[in-house]
Amino acid sequence: MSDIATYNFAYLDEQTKRMIRRAILKGIAIPGYQVPFASREMPMPYGWGTGGVQVTASIIGPDDVLKVIDQGADDTTNAVSIRAFFRKVADVETTTDTARATIIQTRHRIPEHPLSEGQTLVYQVPIPEPLRFLEPRETETRKMHALEEYGLMHVKLYEDIARNGHIATTYAYPVKVEGRYVMDPSPTPKFDNPKMHMSAALQLFGAGREQRIYAIPPHTSVVSLDFEDHPFEVQRFEKPCALCGAEQVYLDEVILDDRGGRMFVCSDTDFCEKRREAGHVGELGMAVDGLEAVR
Amino acid sequence: MYVAVKGGEVAIDNAHRLLADRRRGDRDVPALRLDQIVEQLALAVDRVMAEGSLYDRELAALAIRQARGDMIEAIFLTRAYRTTLPRFGYSRPVETGAMLVERRVSATYKDLPGGQLLGPTFDYTHRLLDPELAGDAPVEAPAVRPEAPEPMPRVTEILAQEGLIEPDGAAGAGTEPGDITRQPAEYPMDRDVRLQALSRGDEGFLLALAYSTQRGFGRTHPFVGEIRIGEVDVELDVPELPFAVPLGRIRVTECQMVNQFKGSMKAPPQFTRGYGLVMGQSERKAMAMSLCDRALRAAEFGEDIVAPAQDQEFVIAHSDNVQATGFVEHLKLPHYVDFQAELGLVRQMRTEFDERRGASAERKEAAE
Repeated sequence: MSDIATYNFAYLDEQTKRMIRRAILKGIAIPGYQVPFASREMPMPYGWGTGGVQVTASIIGPDDVLKVIDQGADDTTNAVSIRAFFRKVADVETTTDTARATIIQTRHRIPEHPLSEGQTLVYQVPIPEPLRFLEPRETETRKMHALEEYGLMHVKLYEDIARNGHIATTYAYPVKVEGRYVMDPSPTPKFDNPKMHMSAALQLFGAGREQRIYAIPPHTSVVSLDFEDHPFEVQRFEKPCALCGAEQVYLDEVILDDRGGRMFVCSDTDFCEKRREAGHVGELGMAVDGLEAVR
Repeated sequence: MYVAVKGGEVAIDNAHRLLADRRRGDRDVPALRLDQIVEQLALAVDRVMAEGSLYDRELAALAIRQARGDMIEAIFLTRAYRTTLPRFGYSRPVETGAMLVERRVSATYKDLPGGQLLGPTFDYTHRLLDPELAGDAPVEAPAVRPEAPEPMPRVTEILAQEGLIEPDGAAGAGTEPGDITRQPAEYPMDRDVRLQALSRGDEGFLLALAYSTQRGFGRTHPFVGEIRIGEVDVELDVPELPFAVPLGRIRVTECQMVNQFKGSMKAPPQFTRGYGLVMGQSERKAMAMSLCDRALRAAEFGEDIVAPAQDQEFVIAHSDNVQATGFVEHLKLPHYVDFQAELGLVRQMRTEFDERRGASAERKEAAE
């Protein structure tokens, strides 16, 4: 059985890549529209980023520099695993430096460092349909998108306000793309929604299990749904990052002991390290190499 | 902490090293050979071939060994390999009427051309653990029919002669069957594509759905017209050649379920069909598949869709165990960014709740 398993550059065969690239191009042509594509089984489980991996595998070339993050961090187990996969099957350079990467595959976060022209952000998407939890049937939701019938979503947000006084959606917060399609930004915290708006980078979304690809071309309007009297707001944190002192960034809560001790640190590990290298120090901060001891 | 800041890579390597150790187990016990798995765990191999949709016993055995006997993991390994294989073409439809039958039973006729043939079945075994099998006691050679087998027409063809069963739904001229491995799923889904999905769907899921139709959730009044297990030829049309090229034989299990149908506005009273075809020997799966197929045809016959087994999107979208296991198990991946967002929201809502309750208690006191 030694003749088993020689794989093409970036794992997928070229026909499959062509099929996926066509879906991507269609997605770019119709921003926010979910393009069905014949998703393949990948050597990692569905739900673990197979959509993002297929998109990355289809657009990556030997000269690309790849960054993979999960929860904002380069060193979460699944990010490590996906990065290792592309090093193995595409032999590409990988980095943790947001600014240096040409392709950034992400799960659940958008990097704090603003993205620039020529960069591509690839999102891993579990459930691409923003209307799914309001209407479980694909036959219905496709009709609703076609007719631009988004009343149900507004009713849901309105009911949140009626019940709680505010909208109770904190992640996967629905957006309207270029004034037409309501889109799920993947389960990023709503904190990241404003970064999608008019971004200079190309944003691609891959949902492997659900067989959908969608896209936001650079410089496209992305507006979070809201009401005039209840405008969209992002999360605010009371304290800056305990390690680097950054404000207006998304923080993770780290439990320090079993007596309620906790600290808040940047979820974007590359951003935090860069700041500390530049000499910024938070209230619990210390030299960069002391980080492991703290966490 | 499983998200060590710099330890992820080493931790993963070490975890896989430990996995390899546990997979091998006690080194004093000889390692399982693939031929042992193929020969002695043949039905496990068949299930991996069917749901992994790759007909290769040796690869299936390798997958079972690599997966430590976890069937869904083995199916996943097989699928992830098959998807990388080039597609040369599509075979001709296999002719199950010309099957080299090893087992064939009908529950609708006592005797019929070709006869009933029990074959290698667990049926009528008493489920008593056999201590002899703990060792390697010699096993008798099987009794073999001396005469050449007579032809075995399909039971549904016998019923069709009387015109009492719906015809075998010929596909319209020029209709190309879909291919679930090359086209995204689209609903509503035609029967050809549904049958493909069911054929590699999870045995347990289809079994439970089939069972639910028997207990009244979308009842279909089924009879086993026929189950047959045996080998069929696979042939490929090659453009340059004037004849079909035989590629070999595969073992399949076919079930024709015959369902009583009272008739509706759309269709006269007649028997209708549910169809099951599975690679390898898997009677349970083929039977469950045929019950699900019939239940999913509800709309075709103008039946009310009232039960889960009749609902295409419910059945087909959730029948693939590779998809299902991935998405269920992905919940163990870190979700702390989203959890942080929810934590903030619940804290805020709890504060608001306590304030409201405090305020209403004050009002109550003031009123008193």
